[in-house]
Amino acid sequence: MSLLSSDLVIDVTGVTKRFGRKTVVNDVALQVRRGEIYGFLGPNGSGKTTFIRMLCGLLTPDAGSGTCLGHDVLTQQAVIKREVGYMTQKFSFYEDLSIRENLDFIARIYAVPDRAAAVQRSLEQLGLANRSRQLAGELSGGWKQRLALAACLIHSPKLLLLDEPTAGVDPKARRDFWDQIHRLAADGLTVLITTHYMDEAERCHRLAYLAYGNLLTHGTVDEVVARAGLTTWEVTGDNLPVLAASLRGRPGVEQVVPFGNTLHVTGRDAARLEAAVAPWRAAGGHRWTRIPAGLEDVFISLMETAKDNFA
Amino acid sequence: MPRFSLHRFWAVVLKEFIQMMRDRVTFGIMVGIPLMQLLLFGFAINSDPKHLPTALRAADQGPFARSFVAALRQSDYFALVREPATDAEAQRLLQLGEVQFVVNIPEDFSRRLLRGERPTVLIEADASDPAATGPAVAAARTLAATVFDRDLRGPLARLRGQDGPVVFAVHAQYNPENITQYNIVPGLMGVVLTMTMVMITALAITRERERGTMENLLATPVRPIEVMLGKILPYIAVGYIQVTLILLAARFVFQVPMLGSVPLLYAVALLFIAANLAVGITFSTLAKNQLQAVQMAFFFFLPSILLSGFMFPFRGMPEWAQWLGSVLPNTHFLRIVRGILLKGNGPLEIAPEIWPLLLFLIVAMAIGVKRYRQTLD
Repeated sequence: MSLLSSDLVIDVTGVTKRFGRKTVVNDVALQVRRGEIYGFLGPNGSGKTTFIRMLCGLLTPDAGSGTCLGHDVLTQQAVIKREVGYMTQKFSFYEDLSIRENLDFIARIYAVPDRAAAVQRSLEQLGLANRSRQLAGELSGGWKQRLALAACLIHSPKLLLLDEPTAGVDPKARRDFWDQIHRLAADGLTVLITTHYMDEAERCHRLAYLAYGNLLTHGTVDEVVARAGLTTWEVTGDNLPVLAASLRGRPGVEQVVPFGNTLHVTGRDAARLEAAVAPWRAAGGHRWTRIPAGLEDVFISLMETAKDNFA
Repeated sequence: MPRFSLHRFWAVVLKEFIQMMRDRVTFGIMVGIPLMQLLLFGFAINSDPKHLPTALRAADQGPFARSFVAALRQSDYFALVREPATDAEAQRLLQLGEVQFVVNIPEDFSRRLLRGERPTVLIEADASDPAATGPAVAAARTLAATVFDRDLRGPLARLRGQDGPVVFAVHAQYNPENITQYNIVPGLMGVVLTMTMVMITALAITRERERGTMENLLATPVRPIEVMLGKILPYIAVGYIQVTLILLAARFVFQVPMLGSVPLLYAVALLFIAANLAVGITFSTLAKNQLQAVQMAFFFFLPSILLSGFMFPFRGMPEWAQWLGSVLPNTHFLRIVRGILLKGNGPLEIAPEIWPLLLFLIVAMAIGVKRYRQTLD
């Protein structure tokens, strides 16, 4: 697939943001195509929120250039704001306004044509038409999230920026949410979403991983996993905690993580890892199987490396 | 049985201290308010105001008239600042509030005094603030009784008489019965509006920031001036409700006279309400949280009561305090309200108090808009 610049909804390079002497986002380049669901991952404080705020004009980058929806991110923030829907990490609508009043307010701010109909349509899609007079502050977490999403969509944005939209939301609501995101993307909406959940990361078309302000890897799930080049052994058997304790710190062994009744032993250098675990494999008592590395193993490995390089 | 634990108690004390010291603004205001009160009460406020501006209409230049004027000059209470040529001009000075008193010495004052006819000295006083005129008038009465003691000696001593050589008449204008309510009730309008308007809007933007709704608002295309005016307008309506309530109470409960045009008062009130709301919005952009916003509002409210001429006569304050008071919108609004209600002032007479209000509004609004950030930087 060729990358026409008109296909790129987000196309930025060298984006940097410092708060005082601390560099929060360091020289990040990102390209997101139209209709794509782009996952943005990274540990807490890695600069994900700061990066998103720079995209929608809430923060001014200290360095970097590029476009968002074809508009310059440094000079055309006002135009970008009109075409972007931004859902903040914390619920940021008015708790002392009713559901309808919140939607109506946002619709007025964006000068949505035929506002009354747009609000009504939004309420019906939300499934809140009969509770429209309820105060937003009385809603549960899942419903607040749905209201926030509906409010972000009311002005028909071309790009949706979602900052940890599913934090604290139950699995059923999370699934409904992702189904809706996929429907919207199929209609041509571009979505940039931050998350800590691996299952959500795997639902994205492409991913980027940010740690300590640096973009460490990006691509599809398979590309990211393949590029990391990790080897993982799955171990089952008795006394796994004892085994885990003795494996940790061995040369070539980078991660020893319990997964339920199994243990995942991971390393970047397949040969050294194999040498390290050989004595235990020979001793018997456990079942050893090579499995493909998981996304979480990859991210933890990336984070450990990043800590050594940048922190 | 649970017992009082010194460790736990001390843990709370330490935590409170750290939090208190970390909130610099709160700490500053806790130190600043007592200092300000000390300065204001200690130096600025004077319930026995002196050096009040006085206009002199001396139709007689004889020796006794000159002695009387010299004695007035020497007293601490009267500052002879004007010598109007006509009675009409003297009246105008009084109405504009440029002078507190007009002292009239009749044409043949010296001659009639010598003849023992006990001529009359008329002092016309602007009594809209009784606290400002009372002590001065009392001082003038004493003065009149004793000023000629030195001149009237020997054969003239008989002129001193029992009731003094001159008749002393005081004509208190605008509030002849010296009813304190006439002064206080219109003044309350400015005070109540200052308190509520500044407080309510000081919370407006701080609340958005504290609840996290600011981030959302900033992400929308809404402009700072739109947010500010949008937040101000509803409270202008609230301000007008307050004005109406106070006017109704003034009229029907306190029977305050309303000589001037009430519609004019309503029109000017808009400027004053807007000025206070702009101050509140500006505080709102400066404060980090709602508590700080309330404290700032209080910090503004205090001088608005003490230095505006509401509680204490404006002219009783030293010059620096008068300067400070002149910056405050309440000072000018008080003069406008009292002028319209008690003196029947029209647009021309209140004009000198309008432009400081306007200037204040523009400056406060400009600071607010400049301080309002469109980004989270």
